[in-house]
Amino acid sequence: MNLSGNFQPRIKIQSRNLNLWYGDHQALKQIDIDIHQNKITALIGPSGCGKSTFLRCINRMNDLIDHTCVEGQMVIDGKNIYDADVDEVAVRKRVGMVFQHPNPFPKSIYENLIYAPLKHRQVKKGNDCDELVETSLKKAGLWNEVKDKLHTPGTSLSGGQQQRLCIARAIAVKPDVILMDEPTSALDPISTKKIEALMMELKESYTLVVVTHNMQQARRTADFTAYFHLGELVEFNTTEQLFTQPQETLTSDYISGRFG
Amino acid sequence: MFHAEFTQKTGTFKERLVVILLIVASVISIVTTIGILFSILFQAIEFFQLRSFWYFMTGLEWTPGSKDSKFGAVPVFAGTFMITAIALLVAIPVGVGSAIYLSEYAPPRLRSLLKPVLEMLAGVPTVVYGFFAALTIAPAIVHIFEFLNLDAAYNSALACGLVMGVMIIPVVSSLSDDVLRAVPNHQRHASLALGMTQSETIRDIVVPAAIPGIISAALLGFSKAIGETMIVVMAAGLRPNLSWNPLEDMTTVTVRIVDSLVGDQAFNSPETLSAFALGLVLFVITLVLNMVSLKQIRKFKAKYKINTL
Amino acid sequence: MSANPFFDPSLPKRHRSARRFKRFTAASIIMTLAFLFFFLFDMVRTAAPAVWQAYVKVDVTYNEQTLRFTRKAVDKKYSKIVSRAWLRTLPKQVDTEPALMNTTVALWVLADDQVDQYMKGHHHKLKPKEVTTVENMKENGDIELRFNAVFFSQGDSKIPENAGIQAALIGSVLTLIVTMMIAFPIGVMTAVYLEEFAKDNRLTRFIEVNINNLAAVPSILFGLLGLSVFINLFSMPRSSPLVGGMTLALMTLPIIIVSARAALRSVPVSIRQAGYGLGLTKLQIVQDHVLPLALPGILTGSIIGLAQAMGETAPLIIIGMIAFIPDSPESIIEAATVLPAQIYTWAGMPERAYVEKTAAGIIVILLILVALNATAIYLRKKYELKW
Repeated sequence: MNLSGNFQPRIKIQSRNLNLWYGDHQALKQIDIDIHQNKITALIGPSGCGKSTFLRCINRMNDLIDHTCVEGQMVIDGKNIYDADVDEVAVRKRVGMVFQHPNPFPKSIYENLIYAPLKHRQVKKGNDCDELVETSLKKAGLWNEVKDKLHTPGTSLSGGQQQRLCIARAIAVKPDVILMDEPTSALDPISTKKIEALMMELKESYTLVVVTHNMQQARRTADFTAYFHLGELVEFNTTEQLFTQPQETLTSDYISGRFG
Repeated sequence: MFHAEFTQKTGTFKERLVVILLIVASVISIVTTIGILFSILFQAIEFFQLRSFWYFMTGLEWTPGSKDSKFGAVPVFAGTFMITAIALLVAIPVGVGSAIYLSEYAPPRLRSLLKPVLEMLAGVPTVVYGFFAALTIAPAIVHIFEFLNLDAAYNSALACGLVMGVMIIPVVSSLSDDVLRAVPNHQRHASLALGMTQSETIRDIVVPAAIPGIISAALLGFSKAIGETMIVVMAAGLRPNLSWNPLEDMTTVTVRIVDSLVGDQAFNSPETLSAFALGLVLFVITLVLNMVSLKQIRKFKAKYKINTL
Repeated sequence: MSANPFFDPSLPKRHRSARRFKRFTAASIIMTLAFLFFFLFDMVRTAAPAVWQAYVKVDVTYNEQTLRFTRKAVDKKYSKIVSRAWLRTLPKQVDTEPALMNTTVALWVLADDQVDQYMKGHHHKLKPKEVTTVENMKENGDIELRFNAVFFSQGDSKIPENAGIQAALIGSVLTLIVTMMIAFPIGVMTAVYLEEFAKDNRLTRFIEVNINNLAAVPSILFGLLGLSVFINLFSMPRSSPLVGGMTLALMTLPIIIVSARAALRSVPVSIRQAGYGLGLTKLQIVQDHVLPLALPGILTGSIIGLAQAMGETAPLIIIGMIAFIPDSPESIIEAATVLPAQIYTWAGMPERAYVEKTAAGIIVILLILVALNATAIYLRKKYELKW
């Protein structure tokens, strides 16, 4: 693939021949993709095209759905996460996820952030936690808004703040990869703008994979874009290339708004 | 135009009549509640005109039928709470545990198999449990404790409490199961996506979220336990007994109510009227428990904006 | 591919704790199931002997003297072997068949409960001499265990071998008819009012809270209501299916209301809107379109309410439905007993022979309840609304 810049890119995630079935229905067909470290990769396509399903393959959230069968490889840092010796719990610790609807726990902001790190024994109660809460919230750009009300329920925040809290919660576990499943589709334009700005900052430290319905968002934020259609990966390229010179008619039809 | 107006008018007249009829039917539930309250209250007041209310609430001796009969209900309350406590010690952990297994772990097919079985347990008439407690469980307890060199009565509080506990398991598990299932899935996903195991997710996220509902279920079980009659009438003692030892026989509020009403005393004797005084206590306690329980459920529903429950 | 970048040394411990928690929850449900099976097994085992009843073959003499002193109708050594209850029916037998007078016939007749218990290997109070008699009869084939038809054809009796559940069954049926005649219409009407017509005002909320509280009132308190209002205030006949049925109706009401409301709510709004679109009045829509669609759900809930009323005992004890009723009631104002109350009475009897009868009564009531619930589930499955 043609990459701009002259540095040697590092591939963080590779899927190889990835097939997925829900019962008899094949939801993903032969997906091959390379996801670059410290880049934002957007997954776009019409509803039911498999983009969210693919996203959930990266942290094995699909394991939770009954009668799901995955074939092929999803390699992260040189290890296929579907190998028998890989624990999906450990995968999810390194691959964080942010959902479509903000879903903070009905606990305080503080508890929302330290819950998982405490369980993973990444921090000890006390100063450690305070520090972690502060850095996570700062990284998520929420610190100034909530520093005086850390012990109020996370659910009392506004929608956009809740989503940034969820991002902070994911960051607190110190993942390498953050998956985002339509992170702004439930938010207003101003909150969306903040989250997008945050994504640009986060890619300095993390690898981001973002599912989005909003093509403008993909264009604005993503370095790479993958276009899915009916469970197949139609086209994968730099965002620039994909939107300006799509190689496939399906892609050009979709991005020009002829369907979707 | 005229015709349309005409039909509509007859329609509203008939409709009004029907609505009035429907309101009358609906009011019957209010009449019943008031009927229960007053039928108990009046006789209870009559009782307290004959005997001291203060002694009833704090007295330690309950000796109806004797020449200088005394009506101190403390031992009767104590027996009720002992048996209820044993029942809840069985029913709450087992009921909540079962509910967690059903709602969180059981595959759908196993769940659809187990759920009716639990409902079966709920459908068993309490007179049947009473017979089972008296015939099988109570002697078994006597034999087990004999082996440990401890004396257990054939109508021990323990036997009653255990069987009553089993009776209440479905009460607790059914409501808890509903509440656990009503906890939105996005909460589970949020926790799992942070690298939590399923059990950690259930223990730290799902169960705490469902706590108001689980409390409500436990209170409902509590209310069922103190109001339960047949098990204790058949398997508990008649003797008011103020004791901490669950191996002894004890009596309960409901046993005393039944005992004082199936006798041959005149209806206005203090023996008979004491049943209504006890009934009043029972009514007030169960009413309060139900109110608190409903409030907890409302709290849970408001938290997650759930309308079905 | 060398080292596993996803290896986490703390995880095995967490997984172990996770498994422990899962095992605890599985154990709770297994315990519950184990109890249920042990309980059912114990009941069936206790009830099983009641399927049979001992019958003996003896010479029965019908004449003036034996009709007066029925004990003398059989040989003296059999006087404790043959059921007293059966001997008491001798005059009646002659009434229906006068030809029997002054004859001696060899007949298979009901045996005494002690003989019955002896034959079943239970504890018995036969004297050694009587045991020898029974053993002799056994050798001659003059004694055998037959199907216990008495259990279904007789009412209660102080003589164990003659006790049956017929009167109690009929009492239960009469009581439940009264219950449903009252609870079903009132329950459905209340549900229709609350779901379709009621505005959200204080009366409505008060009714709702009331129904909720009514469902939580201990059943024994309904008995107190029945006793002091129906019997003492309105002077209705004590121990009658009428009072029993009315008392149970008030208890069943909340169950029917709640399930009927759920059934009405599950009828989609579009049906109602379609009705309005056609210019129908609210009453017409509810009557012709909503109610028929909700009916299966309402029936399901009513059957479940019926099943609960069927097993209820405590309030009926309070209003006196534990009286000794040997004959089946013929109307709802006669004294009667019901099946669970019969179980309660038998459970308190000192004779060993009643234990198996109590358990058999329990099996009968459980079978009826299973049948009722199966009907409810069948109805729910068959008419499950799919929109």
